[in-house]
Amino acid sequence: MHTHSDHDHPHPPDSDDALTYYQAMEIAVRELLIEKGVLTADEVRRQVEDMDNRTPARGAQVVARAWADPAYKARLLADGTSALEEIGLDRGPYKLVVVENTPAVSDAAAVHNVIVCTLCSCYPRWLLGLPPDWYKGRAYRSRLVREPRAVLREFGLELPEEVVLRVHDSTADMRYLVLPARPSGTDGWSEERLAAIVTRDCMIGVAVPRT
Amino acid sequence: MSTPRINPIARRFQPGDSVRVRRADPPGHVRTPWYIRGHTGVVERVCGCYPNPEELAYARPGLPAQPLYRVRFLQREVWPDYAGGARDTVDLEIYQHWLDPA
Repeated sequence: MHTHSDHDHPHPPDSDDALTYYQAMEIAVRELLIEKGVLTADEVRRQVEDMDNRTPARGAQVVARAWADPAYKARLLADGTSALEEIGLDRGPYKLVVVENTPAVSDAAAVHNVIVCTLCSCYPRWLLGLPPDWYKGRAYRSRLVREPRAVLREFGLELPEEVVLRVHDSTADMRYLVLPARPSGTDGWSEERLAAIVTRDCMIGVAVPRT
Repeated sequence: MSTPRINPIARRFQPGDSVRVRRADPPGHVRTPWYIRGHTGVVERVCGCYPNPEELAYARPGLPAQPLYRVRFLQREVWPDYAGGARDTVDLEIYQHWLDPA
């Protein structure tokens, strides 16, 4: 940290002075691909821009549609990938499995779902954007299967014991989206208004939507 | 140019079948987490057939494709001291060659 005569807020240290092995590798491969005419610099830039433009708003749009239209919800649960295409969204490179949080009904217990990838950091990036740092961290990845209720409590989500908790470990070719339960008091809301309460964490399953 | 078609491996399990995950420790790129090996669960759904990632990781074609299943395990079966509901579960995707009938 340092101060200047004209302003005195702290500056973070520059992080561009030493490249890691993989950063150097990425630059070398990228430059070779451009030099050999396989890709252009503009194509690489556009791909990065596309990646950064994917946000949880896309997932929220899907959830809001499912809340507003029970027939769409049924199709989404049966075949997530086709349901994305149906509303004009990217079908993505992986099959999408949507898991629904459901309230208790007569003899069936309430169910809450939560997603993890214990092996790496599999995540529906085309639908939610880049995963949060904690999702990729070792603590979340190891503890969510071992003591999920304790982890959820740390996120501020206390689940009653009678709620069945399903942890989904994305170990292979599926990617997962949690369809949260629609909160009460949202009758008559537009899809836009509904989508605004569906956050990233609700679609991973470490939170629930609040009005 | 036509590519010879290689049929996927035939499916051995259906939803509802009890299966046990092989307790094995092969070298290489394995997509079956350590914590679930040796445990018994129930097939929740059939996901389709996919090239074997244990082969793909080494630039081999991974064919014939392996059936992939989502298998549901009771947390108390996986972790005897599990702190949570008796009906809590953990679901994983597991390739057929890691599963035996239970």
